[in-house]
Amino acid sequence: MRLTGFFIFAASVALLPVLFPDNYFVTVVGIAAGLHVILAVGLNLLIGYAGQISLGHAAFFGMGAYASAILTTRFDWPGLLAMLVGLLVTGTIAWLLAQPILRLRGHYLAMATLGFGVIVHVILVQATHWTGGPDGLGEIPALSLLGWIVDDDQRWYGVIAAAMLLSIWLSLNLVDSRIGRALRAVRGSEFAAEMMGIDATRAKTQIFVVSALFAAFAGSLFAHQQAFISPDSFSLMISVELVTMVVLGGIASTFGAACGAIALTLLHESLVVFEDYELLIHGALLMAVMIFLPQGLFVGLTQGVRRRWISRIASRQDMKGERNSTVQQ
Amino acid sequence: MRKSGFLASVLAVALLIGVNLLNAAEPIKIGTFLTVTGPASFLGDPELKTLQMAVEDINAKGGLNGRQVELVHYDTGGNAREALNFVKRLIRRDNIDLIVGGTTSGDTLAAIPEVEKAGIPLLSLAGAVEIIEPVRKWVFKVAHTDRMAAAKIFGDLRKRNLSKIALITGDGGFDKSGRTQILKLASEYGTTLVADESYGNKDTDMTTQLTKIRATDAQAIINFGFGQAPAIVTKNIKQLGIDLPVYQSHGVASQTFIDLAGDAAEGVRLPAAALVVAEQLPDTDPQKPILLAYKKAYETKYGPVSTFGGHAYDGMMIAIEAIKRAGSVDKAQVRDEIEKTQGFIGTAGVFNMTPEDHMGLNLDAFKMVEIHNGAWKIVE
Repeated sequence: MRLTGFFIFAASVALLPVLFPDNYFVTVVGIAAGLHVILAVGLNLLIGYAGQISLGHAAFFGMGAYASAILTTRFDWPGLLAMLVGLLVTGTIAWLLAQPILRLRGHYLAMATLGFGVIVHVILVQATHWTGGPDGLGEIPALSLLGWIVDDDQRWYGVIAAAMLLSIWLSLNLVDSRIGRALRAVRGSEFAAEMMGIDATRAKTQIFVVSALFAAFAGSLFAHQQAFISPDSFSLMISVELVTMVVLGGIASTFGAACGAIALTLLHESLVVFEDYELLIHGALLMAVMIFLPQGLFVGLTQGVRRRWISRIASRQDMKGERNSTVQQ
Repeated sequence: MRKSGFLASVLAVALLIGVNLLNAAEPIKIGTFLTVTGPASFLGDPELKTLQMAVEDINAKGGLNGRQVELVHYDTGGNAREALNFVKRLIRRDNIDLIVGGTTSGDTLAAIPEVEKAGIPLLSLAGAVEIIEPVRKWVFKVAHTDRMAAAKIFGDLRKRNLSKIALITGDGGFDKSGRTQILKLASEYGTTLVADESYGNKDTDMTTQLTKIRATDAQAIINFGFGQAPAIVTKNIKQLGIDLPVYQSHGVASQTFIDLAGDAAEGVRLPAAALVVAEQLPDTDPQKPILLAYKKAYETKYGPVSTFGGHAYDGMMIAIEAIKRAGSVDKAQVRDEIEKTQGFIGTAGVFNMTPEDHMGLNLDAFKMVEIHNGAWKIVE
């Protein structure tokens, strides 16, 4: 019952390529949206549930991507092993970074993560010998999963969809676990949470690392799927875009983050035809959502529907009640 | 009987019109992804205008192989991530027959895996030699490489007996690959590098790096970059009173650079395509009529011409010639015909492509020019 929404979502994701095979919006845009969902769901754990801001999430995304790219192209490692090492390295860096950085709050935390993101971007641009510099790294081999080579759009759709569903499922379970409840307590009041015996620092560090791992995982897949990566894909703008996805969909809701990621990807794709006016329309739409649905697209809409539903049931019961009373009279 | 004959002829006419309409409704689609906005917009903007101009021209003359030509364009803003997305869109959604573009090397390199996988001929307008080395089946380029620019500069240095050089470059893709080529070629030409400074392309002052260069025994300064930064470097050199020959790259071969650098640009040398000095070429030069024709067409419509628009002209014309020769837009055939381009006179030089050389320009395609009284002058 708790996972009903998840199964409905999973079924529609599985059904899309069957209904629309070879459709550009499914096999190309769908893949991009799927990767964004993994990133947004991961970031939402940190922003939505733990109440911590990160403006440097693209850096973790980039670390995963570059780890995979460098290890597979320069050292001929198999893709899966490279991905695991990438996750390990990113997780370790995130853990080390969390020690000083999560003592900060609010604007200071935002500044620190922003600085971290910029530093990683500069390294990606300057360490030409390893990263290929601003021109990027190409010829990244296709991902091979136990002999099954992922090299066309349909297969990629399958892999990314599976990865996306896995991350949503993980997030849903994490949120409803002890850690999830601890995090929400921390977000409410760190002081109160600690009074209840929650190790706030530890909880925040854990979720920061998990969130970074989600991003690194998406990064590895991204590198193999695109076969080419460059620092442009991991810039400050991308970090900001990720935060926008979380906020647009609805903070502290896994499906909200997923919805925001999909909406923003589709929006960008469909506004391209307006060329010069793209940014204008883009901005206006985001503003409209924030004004009329301040809780976010998904959360706002589902709450609206639920409220209407409840009020309709209530009014029906009222009418029934009135009829009953007239009968009694 | 008469009635059915009439009906039949009406049907036949309708069918003919229908077939014609169907044919007319299916234009040849040429895709392009350029940097029309952002820091490299001065490259992409004239390129797009040139492509639009060329397409209008072809359509006015009745189209290509009897079909109209349609240009599908996306602006990447100089972002490689966007470039790759747009190339995917061009191939999967817009079903283009061929791609002319990639303003910058970063954009082109990002697009290469996708283009190779899909098997679409691509004519890049960018500089880096990595685009055609190693040779890739579907990828061609029409702009001079950074290696050619470096070789041309070193050739000129040798003529002037200058052997100690100071290098200063930015942090962009163009700068970095130019620097790599200069480091590679320096020893071949017997020159020593006495300084290798770098700056950020958004920096507004490079005097720190130049002061370091002033302290060395350099005999000439080479600056590889495009946009604002080289103009600032040139100005700073003048402000610091460094009296050394200054070499810029082909990345600044536009009037904008002269305007930005002002007096400081006086005496700066750079390798550039013949387009900037079209009028000064001898009448015997086979390129001259083409250059003047393009220049006139562009300037009556949009204003001062730049070599970058010229690359777009070359790319488009090579593509059109290849489609004409192939007699269809079959991708494999068009690719083969592009590879067979021989003696094609473009704005960048004379193209002779081979299966081993997907650019087909030699060093003669570059002219060494000097800025003199705010205008370009050939110095060879």
